[in-house]
Amino acid sequence: MSLLNVQNLKVSFHTRNGEVKAVDDISFTVETGKITAIIGESGSGKSVACYSLLGLIPMPPGKIEGGSAVFEGNDLLQLSESELRHIRGRDIAMIFQDPMTCLNPYMTIGHQLMEPIVYHKGMAKTEARQHAIELLEEVGIRDPHSTIDSYPHEFSGGMRQRVMIAMALINEPKLLIADEPTTALDVTIQAQILKLMADLQKKHSIGIIFISHDLAVVADIADQIIVMKKGKVVEHGDRQRIFKNAQHPYTRALLAAIPAGTKVVSETQSEALISIRNLNTWFGQGKNKEPVKAIKDVSLDIRKGEILGLVGESGSGKSTLGRSILRLVPITSGSISFDGIDLTEMEGQSLKKMRSRMQMIFQDPYASLNPRMSVYDTLAEPLLLHKIETKKTVEQGVLKLMDDVGLARGFVRKYPHEFSGGQRQRIAIGRALATRPEFIVADEPVSALDVTIQAQILDLMLDLGKEYGLTMLFVSHDLAVVKHIADRIVVLYKGEIVEQGSGKELFENPQQEYTRQLLQSIPGRALLG
Amino acid sequence: MTSIENTGNDNPVPNNKISDIAMAEQGTSLWKDAWARLKKNRMALFGLAVLVLFSLIALLTPWIAPYGYEQQNLDLGATPPSAQHWLGTDIFGRDLMTLIMYGGRISLAVGFVATAVALLIGVTYGALAGYVGGRTDAAMMRLVDILYALPFMIFIILLMVVFGRNLLLLFLAIGMVEWLTMARIMRSQVQALRQQEFVEAAVSLGLGPVAIIRKHLVPNALGPIIVYTTLTIPGVMLLEAFLSFLGLGIQPPQTSWGLLISYGAETMEEFPWLLIFPGLALALTLFSLNFLGDGLRDALDVRSSKD
Repeated sequence: MSLLNVQNLKVSFHTRNGEVKAVDDISFTVETGKITAIIGESGSGKSVACYSLLGLIPMPPGKIEGGSAVFEGNDLLQLSESELRHIRGRDIAMIFQDPMTCLNPYMTIGHQLMEPIVYHKGMAKTEARQHAIELLEEVGIRDPHSTIDSYPHEFSGGMRQRVMIAMALINEPKLLIADEPTTALDVTIQAQILKLMADLQKKHSIGIIFISHDLAVVADIADQIIVMKKGKVVEHGDRQRIFKNAQHPYTRALLAAIPAGTKVVSETQSEALISIRNLNTWFGQGKNKEPVKAIKDVSLDIRKGEILGLVGESGSGKSTLGRSILRLVPITSGSISFDGIDLTEMEGQSLKKMRSRMQMIFQDPYASLNPRMSVYDTLAEPLLLHKIETKKTVEQGVLKLMDDVGLARGFVRKYPHEFSGGQRQRIAIGRALATRPEFIVADEPVSALDVTIQAQILDLMLDLGKEYGLTMLFVSHDLAVVKHIADRIVVLYKGEIVEQGSGKELFENPQQEYTRQLLQSIPGRALLG
Repeated sequence: MTSIENTGNDNPVPNNKISDIAMAEQGTSLWKDAWARLKKNRMALFGLAVLVLFSLIALLTPWIAPYGYEQQNLDLGATPPSAQHWLGTDIFGRDLMTLIMYGGRISLAVGFVATAVALLIGVTYGALAGYVGGRTDAAMMRLVDILYALPFMIFIILLMVVFGRNLLLLFLAIGMVEWLTMARIMRSQVQALRQQEFVEAAVSLGLGPVAIIRKHLVPNALGPIIVYTTLTIPGVMLLEAFLSFLGLGIQPPQTSWGLLISYGAETMEEFPWLLIFPGLALALTLFSLNFLGDGLRDALDVRSSKD
């Protein structure tokens, strides 16, 4: 018998604009000791489907319209709130995307782990502490005897997610719902967390529902895959079949969106547009303080017309390097020249003039657009500032930019919050292109986006790069993405360049241990080739 | 990697010529949008209408007031509302409606001008301190702390002694005190906002600090500022009444709402209308300000729009 048997589940939200069918008649089962992956883009209803089982959606406006969800003989949808509370956290546990927001920053990890043990199991404090330490050890926290007394902010993102997993495991749940548990993490950390989840699932023989927007992530661990779109299940089947023989066009589209293949690079080498020599960028220099050395003695050439991929994990200094080139953070020493012009000492008007020649695209399109400015204002600002258009012609300039980045002209009066993430990123790209720059730093421009949208934005950037004759520094933690888009790849580790070369060289013959690690972390290599 | 057509909500809608034209007809300023949204808020419109009406009356008072404000009738004394004196008369037999109209001139002027002074200084100062940061910020905010610590009354009395009693000085003195809190609010807002990527984006576009503060920081900090402003105006009006009561502000026969209310309060038991009518005028103004403030805050927050 299945651990969880969901039949004909229907959930809708009653909003001012009428009824929205978030989950429209879906059925699936979860087996003990198996991982079931639910895949779909934002708004496909994948999270709502799982949250509604536990009564975790706001009602109203949400309403469960029908169906059943039998878990150990009980229909979860028929249980009262107090009966559900007993099941939540004890028999069914959850892991969320952002571990920082789920942990209380003012309590030690140990305290937060021990609380439910003492509460639910009635253990004594010393016993509970021992149990908590064992759990931390099991999820791979180093030296749990001392780290148990640390606060959440003292852990890295990956370690925090391990703590969350430990918390989820406290009451030995039978079913674990993981909602995008690795989306906020670096690729290398993601690989570790995925492996941990697979190991724990085998050891404890629990059922796992793994919610994700990315098919590649679950390629190595899922037993069964359910693909959702617009509230409906469009395809389901075991992993092998989905990856080798997908039937539904949407599933195929998802598979095609996984970045694969290496960009073919022409052999001709142009001269350098940007030359960086012995660059150091340090933060927090004080009299008695050791500065944080974000960039250590980096020398690098970026050639005209190339897309240079810059790869590294969080904290490797890759964003700082991009911002140093654009003079957005103060550099400590070294030199940066742009087309033969020394940027290092530049100030005032001459710097303003240079700024029009180099632009930036940011990671989070929700934060990089001024919420009080419409698309028109956002795009008109750089056009007017650098006198590319006059007041009379600016409207045409704005519309032309919108055409270029694939935004409908009818959206010109809308504000950022009215757009999806992908559309926002298009606006941000339009803004960066407005000054007709020669050089663009793209700082993780697709890592906040769904996989399908990622593919569209990457293609757009490639096209526009050609059209505008751009040189680009593409910063990312994801080698698969970089390999797809970049002509040359530089690997940054702890503020230093450890390896560089073409995508082909790097992938076929990585020289450094760290590069090898990065390569092995790309999810779904085995199945996707 | 292939791009996918028709997946998700990222599909650009095909270009539409009609919407081009529609767009050309509409303006694109934040304020125009805000006005369109404000128009839908009935309470805010009511508040605006009352304030406009009161301001108009205040402007036209010398021509439309039924009596002169110095016109006494000691034989008459305090009388309740009647056909000749709609709102009654005070103990000197002066027409209360006339007094309220003249008093409104002073009260509204003090309220708006002093608040405008406070707003201008406070927002600029706070935004600058918050944006520049570092030692400049520390020095600027310490100055604010020092001014906070200065006893307000001594400051006013000093001003009055040195420069003599003068309405303009009163505006200035009150404005000088009220901007301090405004500066603090603005600074904390700007400090939070300048960490955002859109500010970094503006820097990388080549915008100067003034343009960044004006176009990117101030509009995003408007919510709390407007709310605080609508709280400041009534505060300032009451402060003026307090100063006048101490003999530092407006002196009879000139009058203001605050002064009328404080006299009315003394004779509340015998002549209640002397308290009720000026009180009503002040209360109505304050309500209107609050409604308008709330409406403005919502109207200026583009995220709250539901259309």
